[in-house]
Amino acid sequence: MKKLSARRRHPLAALVVLLLALACTGGLYAAFAPADKAQADETAQSLAIDEGKKLYAVGCASCHGTGGQGTTDGPSLVGVGAAAVDFQVGTGRMPAQQPGPQVPRKKVIYSQAEIDQLAAYVASLGAGPAIPSEEKYGPEGADSAKGGELFRNNCAQCHNFTGKGGALTHGKYAPTLEDVDPKHIYEAMQTGPQNMPSFPDTTLSEQNKKDIIAYLDAVNSDDTVNPGGLSLGGLGPVSEGLFGWIFGLGGCIAVAVWVAARTAKAKKS
Amino acid sequence: MSTAANEAPRSRGKAPAGERVADWADGRLGIYSLAKANMRKIFPDHWSFMLGEICLYSFIIIILTGVYLTLFFHPSMNEVEYHGSYVPMQGQLMSEAYKSTLDISFDVRGGLLIRQIHHWAAIIFLAGMFVHMMRVFFTGAFRKPREINWLFGFLLFVLGMFTGFTGYSLPDDLLSGTGVRFTQGAILSVPIVGTYISMFLFGGEFPGTDFVARFYSIHILLLPGIMLGLVVGHLILVFYHKHTQFAGPGKTNKNVVGMPLLPVYMAKAGGFFFLVFGVIAAIAGIASVNPIWSIGPYRPDQVSTGAQPDWYMGFAEGLVRAMPGWEINFWGHTLVLGVFVPLVIFGLFLAIIALYPFIESWVTGDKREHHILDRPRNAPTRTAFGVAWVTAYMIMLIGGGNDIVATHFHLSINAVTWFVRIGFFAGPVIAFVITKRICLGLQRRDKEKVLHGRESGIIKRLPHGEFIEVHEPLSQEQLHTLTAHEQYKSAEIGPTVDENGVQRKVKRTDKLRAKLSKSYYGPESQIPKPTVEEYKEITSGHGHH
Repeated sequence: MKKLSARRRHPLAALVVLLLALACTGGLYAAFAPADKAQADETAQSLAIDEGKKLYAVGCASCHGTGGQGTTDGPSLVGVGAAAVDFQVGTGRMPAQQPGPQVPRKKVIYSQAEIDQLAAYVASLGAGPAIPSEEKYGPEGADSAKGGELFRNNCAQCHNFTGKGGALTHGKYAPTLEDVDPKHIYEAMQTGPQNMPSFPDTTLSEQNKKDIIAYLDAVNSDDTVNPGGLSLGGLGPVSEGLFGWIFGLGGCIAVAVWVAARTAKAKKS
Repeated sequence: MSTAANEAPRSRGKAPAGERVADWADGRLGIYSLAKANMRKIFPDHWSFMLGEICLYSFIIIILTGVYLTLFFHPSMNEVEYHGSYVPMQGQLMSEAYKSTLDISFDVRGGLLIRQIHHWAAIIFLAGMFVHMMRVFFTGAFRKPREINWLFGFLLFVLGMFTGFTGYSLPDDLLSGTGVRFTQGAILSVPIVGTYISMFLFGGEFPGTDFVARFYSIHILLLPGIMLGLVVGHLILVFYHKHTQFAGPGKTNKNVVGMPLLPVYMAKAGGFFFLVFGVIAAIAGIASVNPIWSIGPYRPDQVSTGAQPDWYMGFAEGLVRAMPGWEINFWGHTLVLGVFVPLVIFGLFLAIIALYPFIESWVTGDKREHHILDRPRNAPTRTAFGVAWVTAYMIMLIGGGNDIVATHFHLSINAVTWFVRIGFFAGPVIAFVITKRICLGLQRRDKEKVLHGRESGIIKRLPHGEFIEVHEPLSQEQLHTLTAHEQYKSAEIGPTVDENGVQRKVKRTDKLRAKLSKSYYGPESQIPKPTVEEYKEITSGHGHH
């Protein structure tokens, strides 16, 4: 140390420091220079986060708190991940219309780009599940029969045999899965929105999720063909009984009235 | 016809072949005299008398389609792997019963249509019996001499419920399996014998490998066999007692006014069979029922929400859903009141309506024969009781579907359940009071109509400026119909003290009976119908009315 301190007044000391500083800067530059593109991405990312933060401040902060820490009106969003945001906002559940046992699905009010920005902001608050890519929930390589079995094992208790939905306690309910975007079904399984338990990949593997989505597509979507005719809401015996009483017995009684009215009565004089 | 004396004058040539065959058969079976006596049997005409026919025809349709289904159904619980034509079930393990039902639905020609006709006809059969029973109840057609036939009909309804239930369980799908499990739970809740009955019925622990085969023989042989016998008995009794009729000119307690069985009624009834068949087939072609392929095979570890029985078991389901889950422990034995109490109420609730004819005849002391039907308004207490019973039944149906009601009307399932719990007790009382008031109101209106005629809606101004509404007098037929009913006096206990001042002992049942009888025929329960004097006084033209 003495040597260094003795030479610090050397006429070349300033030059050495300057060289060292230059080397450092150059080295650092060299280290970061190839990350040219990444830097741009990062900028876009931080731009999205910034934009998301603005949207968040307007649409979400009143309940979830200005930093996503949660308030008495809404849970903390730290660590829920982008998938949760994409599901809740992408199905119109958020922003919530009013507090209640459960927030219903309604008209989506943000564009997908805005949803992505919100998701980016919320993801930046803490690590969580990301929005799944399309190959995760696409129909390729899915086994709908296996999915049916998994569905009946894990989902039918609340969502009914074919995902028509069902009641839970005190006004809560499992919504119908009819015509829900496969991406949203995947996200719901992953994040467990509202009253639903979550099914992370350790519980239901990616392949399992894919199978379930394929099954729902086969039995409960717009292109599902019901071989028996009208499905009567797919609700089982309650709607069948109502239909049988009104149209079945009602039809028979209407015919009976008609037959009884057409009788060979003696003509009244 | 078959005697030699009858044949003698026709010696000119041989009779036509058809006649000879008929003659040959008649000589051995004696059909002609039987037919001659009965073919002119008269049946009165009213659409509500055809409700029973709807039941009969749907029962025949169920038997016909059921026979077709037995040709392809395998009542076995052996586990097999599915490789049929329904893709979302490929490679799934299931019982042979479930697989054969899938095959009937997708691979047997006409199988799905026949299955749907069978199931829809069952739903309509039970609904028809319910309405038919209510028609008989509200018109008082169950009174002497028809009490036994009322019981036959009631038994048919109850057996129909259980035949329907066993049939619904046969495909061994997830929905019906849940229902069977539910029933097994109800059996287990019976103290002492419950576990034994369950073990006996299922051949061991639930589900075992036997119940489909056992339910199959119960469903296709035992219960329908008994039902067929009861149906025949029911019809024979209808024939024997002759049909009841509504009051009207020329109709008395001793005659039947209507059309002869042959040819009019045969043609009508035959045509009506095909019309009912048509309605049921059209429904089966339009709407699916019990789509077991989307329900999945039964596995005891799986269950779905929204699992209900068919409608006729719905009120039993409602009783269990509405009952709080109480249980008590007694010397190490658990008594599951949450299931056992509903099971008892289920039986009592049905027994009340079955025994009602006997209760009414005891209360009113009326032991005479009745062949003229009551208009429901003229028997307010009976009508009110019937409406109260139906109200309780309907509230329990809502209870059986409480989850569907909750999701579809955006209600809390707990609120629906509480509504059902309170409604089961309060609803019948409210319905009773309201119905009785409505009946009395209608009786007053009838009286008004008889005495003052029909309000014509024409306002007339009299010469001195007064405005009056013109009332049109009723026709003689209408007057008869509105006043034909008998009005009874309530049964009295009689003097409790005899001429010597000695107190007579009055049995408590007699007191109860007098009290109930007053509620049937007391001044609170009927509006005195207009007397001839009243009518004459008003219509004699003294002043305006």
